[in-house]
Amino acid sequence: MRSYVSLLFVAGLAFLLFVITGQLEFGAAPMRVGQAINQTSPAEVGAANIVTSVVLGYRALDTLGELAILFTAATAGGLMLGRPRAGAAHDPDAGFILRTASDLLFPLLLVVGLFIIVHGHLTPGGGFQGGVILAAAFFLPLLARPGTHFNHAVFSVFEGLAGAAFIVIGLLGLVYGGEFLAPLLGQGEMGSLLSAGTLPLLYIAVGLKVGTELAGLMAHIAAYEAVDS
Amino acid sequence: MAGWINWVALLATLVMLAGAVAVLLLRNFLAAVAATSVVSLGASVIFVLLRAPDVALTEAAVGAGLSGVIMALCLRRLGLWRIPPVTTGADDEAGSC
Repeated sequence: MRSYVSLLFVAGLAFLLFVITGQLEFGAAPMRVGQAINQTSPAEVGAANIVTSVVLGYRALDTLGELAILFTAATAGGLMLGRPRAGAAHDPDAGFILRTASDLLFPLLLVVGLFIIVHGHLTPGGGFQGGVILAAAFFLPLLARPGTHFNHAVFSVFEGLAGAAFIVIGLLGLVYGGEFLAPLLGQGEMGSLLSAGTLPLLYIAVGLKVGTELAGLMAHIAAYEAVDS
Repeated sequence: MAGWINWVALLATLVMLAGAVAVLLLRNFLAAVAATSVVSLGASVIFVLLRAPDVALTEAAVGAGLSGVIMALCLRRLGLWRIPPVTTGADDEAGSC
């Protein structure tokens, strides 16, 4: 009975989606906001990657909310799953291949993550994507060497500083630019590394926050527990 | 130019559908988590074809990588991470690909 109800629900949802997509031309935007931003943002914000000028310029407050949501989710996940089961076995030692691969991959992941964060205003990607890659880089040694001490204190300090830096940059925009999170420092030459005002600084803060937060969450969930049986 | 894009999109869609069905059918939780990552990987290919590289990067990093790792770690914490013996688990492993 229950499965029929859910089947009916899914069928209704599919019908609604088909009705909506049937009225839209494929690839044509239903709203004009995107076109307006496409036209005005290169002169207004100066970021070569227009997605970044939306994420950190026009909709920067949403990004702050997104960071808050991520923080809440990571905190809740750490609270729910941060304690080992009673009687769980410890991890067995990882093999030679895993350890060597982790040593080789760690600097590579670090460089890729930092590159994606720093070039967020020029190329696809940015703080969130690069931050996840940074988190993977810091989690990898824990997988390869189970039982290694993960320094949660240092990571929390960096996370807090990065989150505070985002808000401080926003408040500076309020003081000097007239609006919260208004871009400052001039636009510079479009396409160069030092351009688009404070957007790269904001993305570095986002990247550090996301990276340290997710690395801490994964280290919490992975701490001192192994598969039994 | 447009021809091979259609074929790649079709392939990605088939892989995504196969992964989604595998999530429903697999008895092994760990294999089901791997299948959800396969769905996200196909979605990121489709995002690239739709010229949304930012979204594709996010989908690949978060959907295919991070969420799979977190779900696998949660399975371990909840005591559901069981790797079946080779004789009974062979069907499950083959189905996830």
